[in-house]
Amino acid sequence: MAKSKLTVNGTAQEVDCDPATPLLYVLRNTLNLKGAKFGCGLEQCGACAVLIDGEPVLSCVRAVSEFDGQNITTVEGLSENGEPNAVQRAFIAESAAQCGYCTSGLVVATTALLKRNPQPSREDINEALADHLCRCGSHVRVLKAIDRLAAAGGSHDR
Amino acid sequence: MTASLEKQPNLDQWLAITGDGRVVVRSGKVDIGQRISTALAAIAAEELDVSLDRIAMATVETGVSPDEGVTSGSNSMQDSGQAIRLAGATARRYLINKAAAQLDVEPASLEIADGLIRSRDTNRSVNYWELQGDQPFEVPIDPEATVKAPGDYEEVGNPQTARGLADLVTGQPIFVHDMNPPGMLHARVIRPPHYHARLHALDESACERIETSGVRVVRDGSHLAVAGADEYAVVKAAERLAAAADWDMRGGLPTADIFDAMKTNERVSLPVADGIPRREPVPDLPDPPADVATTLTARYEKPYHMHGSLGPSAALAQTDGDKIHIWTHSQGIYVLREALAGGLGMAEEDLHIVHVPGAGCYGHNGADDVAVDAALVARALPGTPILLKWTREDEHAWEPYSTCMAMAVQASLDAEGNVVAWSQESYGDTFMMRPRNSPPGEGARRLLPLRYIENGAEDPVPQPAMRYHVGIHRNLDPLYKFPNPRLVKNLVRGLPLRTSALRTLGGFANVYAIECFLDELAEAAGIDPVEFRLRHLDDDRAKACVQALADSLFKDSKPDNRGRGIGFAQYTNSKAYSAVGVELEVSDDAAIKLHRAVVSVDAGQVVDPDGLIMQSEGGFIQAASWALHEEVKFDRDGVTSRDWDSYPILRFDNIPEIETILIDRPGDPYLGAGEAVSGPAGAAIANAVYDTTGLRLRRMPFTPEALRAAAMS
Ligand code: FES
Ligand code: FES
Repeated sequence: MAKSKLTVNGTAQEVDCDPATPLLYVLRNTLNLKGAKFGCGLEQCGACAVLIDGEPVLSCVRAVSEFDGQNITTVEGLSENGEPNAVQRAFIAESAAQCGYCTSGLVVATTALLKRNPQPSREDINEALADHLCRCGSHVRVLKAIDRLAAAGGSHDR
Repeated sequence: MTASLEKQPNLDQWLAITGDGRVVVRSGKVDIGQRISTALAAIAAEELDVSLDRIAMATVETGVSPDEGVTSGSNSMQDSGQAIRLAGATARRYLINKAAAQLDVEPASLEIADGLIRSRDTNRSVNYWELQGDQPFEVPIDPEATVKAPGDYEEVGNPQTARGLADLVTGQPIFVHDMNPPGMLHARVIRPPHYHARLHALDESACERIETSGVRVVRDGSHLAVAGADEYAVVKAAERLAAAADWDMRGGLPTADIFDAMKTNERVSLPVADGIPRREPVPDLPDPPADVATTLTARYEKPYHMHGSLGPSAALAQTDGDKIHIWTHSQGIYVLREALAGGLGMAEEDLHIVHVPGAGCYGHNGADDVAVDAALVARALPGTPILLKWTREDEHAWEPYSTCMAMAVQASLDAEGNVVAWSQESYGDTFMMRPRNSPPGEGARRLLPLRYIENGAEDPVPQPAMRYHVGIHRNLDPLYKFPNPRLVKNLVRGLPLRTSALRTLGGFANVYAIECFLDELAEAAGIDPVEFRLRHLDDDRAKACVQALADSLFKDSKPDNRGRGIGFAQYTNSKAYSAVGVELEVSDDAAIKLHRAVVSVDAGQVVDPDGLIMQSEGGFIQAASWALHEEVKFDRDGVTSRDWDSYPILRFDNIPEIETILIDRPGDPYLGAGEAVSGPAGAAIANAVYDTTGLRLRRMPFTPEALRAAAMS
């Protein structure tokens, strides 16, 4: 057991666990943030994506000890006062989820993409979402949600 | 009357009015991302004249919800939708009459707005919640109840936001994987290397070390599991226990080429007429009629496909005295209850099964099996809630796949280009392995974990499915007017992998074969593929569907380097019609790049247009993924497609623009649409590849290697 210090969704946290524990398990179990999902545990599907200092990172393999002192945002942390943010609203407006198991990861990746690049080309989008799988075929809607946000000049209110 | 209504004829089984202003709607169909609850809520709101936000869709659980079998086969709108529509209409009339008596006015003078019943004559009013709040109706549903005329619809057919969408995008804990009751232990199961292996020996000292570290080892015969409070410790313990197990491999999996095996293995062959197999000798393939102009033959093939749910299956189970409670994303909680009760020797009433969402499943994936895994561990650790999750590898290697199939087709054309003879034989393993308990005992055999426990169940032996358009013979019967088609289903024995229901069952493969072969015939006849289809169809809705697709797909001329292809089918010749067109390009490295897809769908009366469009888009994307990439691989030692690298699927970089044309039929029955697009989509892709390369792709997947091989031969 060892202590790791993390800032998660703006709150400082000290977690006491096996330092080899993948970050995803700490988020979901220790901190009870169920937004990031376990899809593969192999860094192959994107369901577990979170933001580290604004950059998307897959959380299912890398140990919590690697993230000591870092600033982590999960999909829960993107909402503002419990209300969906611009990216989340665009996903709702375009119905960009069927079962929704891939959705947290896609919301997180989209948020990071648009912050970096408010008017991404289709190639930029493909690259940003290259690690993200969706088995229900919600892709078209996710692309529409991104178009909607890009048309609005990126999402301002993050 | 639908089966759902026959089994549950009473209004109280479907609807309740609460004192606090809500309408609780009970359906036996579960929402698996197909937005069925959104559509059902709209129907209830419509018939009852209440606003949508008053509708609460009840959790689906045994003992409370109507028993509607399995959420499958695109039946939900036809079964549950129709039942709830009639329930709503019956309740509305009941409430009007009750209000009329209470207000002492004529029922005809009453009007309803959001549950408020007001008399136009006296202006007196009463609302549903005062009138009926928390009281039972105690009347049967009237199958003849007058339902609203489509012209009066306010909710049905309008754009709707899916229920629960905000929870999904903000990461709220709605999945069974997210459950976390006090005292819960995480659990994992340790499977053998392949189906036939059984535990030979287990290193007891390794087990002791695991137990000393605080993780429980649960063993029943060859069924191994670990459970503990810390999930990561459980994951590591599962690895250690796997290493401590010595398996008796019992020969391994048959390794003969599956496409050869479908030609040579023993099989049960039955002729099919009007969509139904007959217990009769298979007629020989006759010589083509003497005066035909051309006879063509071809054999189309598809490999095993997996459901590949994005979240591995999971379930929570907990015992309470003699009872077991299970929270599961199974598509058929009553079916599971019956099978599991039989398998564990329990009374059905002692099993309480509650549906909680999981990742999209598209058929019979690991949901039922993991529920059994969880129940077995819960039984060994009484009173403790057990959250058992499969790993990615468990899901990939152990879910029941969609069988490999082969379709041998032959047809003859007369001098005018009319099909004058048609034969199709379809081959494959079973699609029908949901844990249905008929005959008694069969359900347990179909629950994977019960085969591994001490004195466990035997492997099930599939029997040919005999109902209309199921299994291998789903959409074997072409909708086209071919004289006396010779149709044969062949249930092949001795194929290597575990199989069951995946979206469309045999429909995907059969429609792929029919619709590609039609293009071959059209070319031989020198007739345009659209025209060739239209001239062999006599169903006006079918023709309109094909025409709508063609009008859009061929509106503009295509860029030089692209190919276009189409496909069409009416799902099970009785559900939604769909025509699909694809425009694609084959790159220099033989990869298929999808540019554009057009989908036309006639699903009868449209209830939730956006939901229907999403189902169509999702169906197209999944079918494109099957066609371009997917193939479950294995060797003697087991399945080798154990992750997303070894089983690739379609990704964001190859998603085309998709245009969906909905052909609304106000007032016509709802036609299930969740599976209508898949078959036509697979065929349209193959036909478009031919259009641009001249290569007929008769075996999926259409990988660059397959295209290169086709170009060489
Ligand atoms: S769960 Fe992390 S990438 Fe799949
Ligand atoms: S919406 Fe189900 S996996 Fe993407």
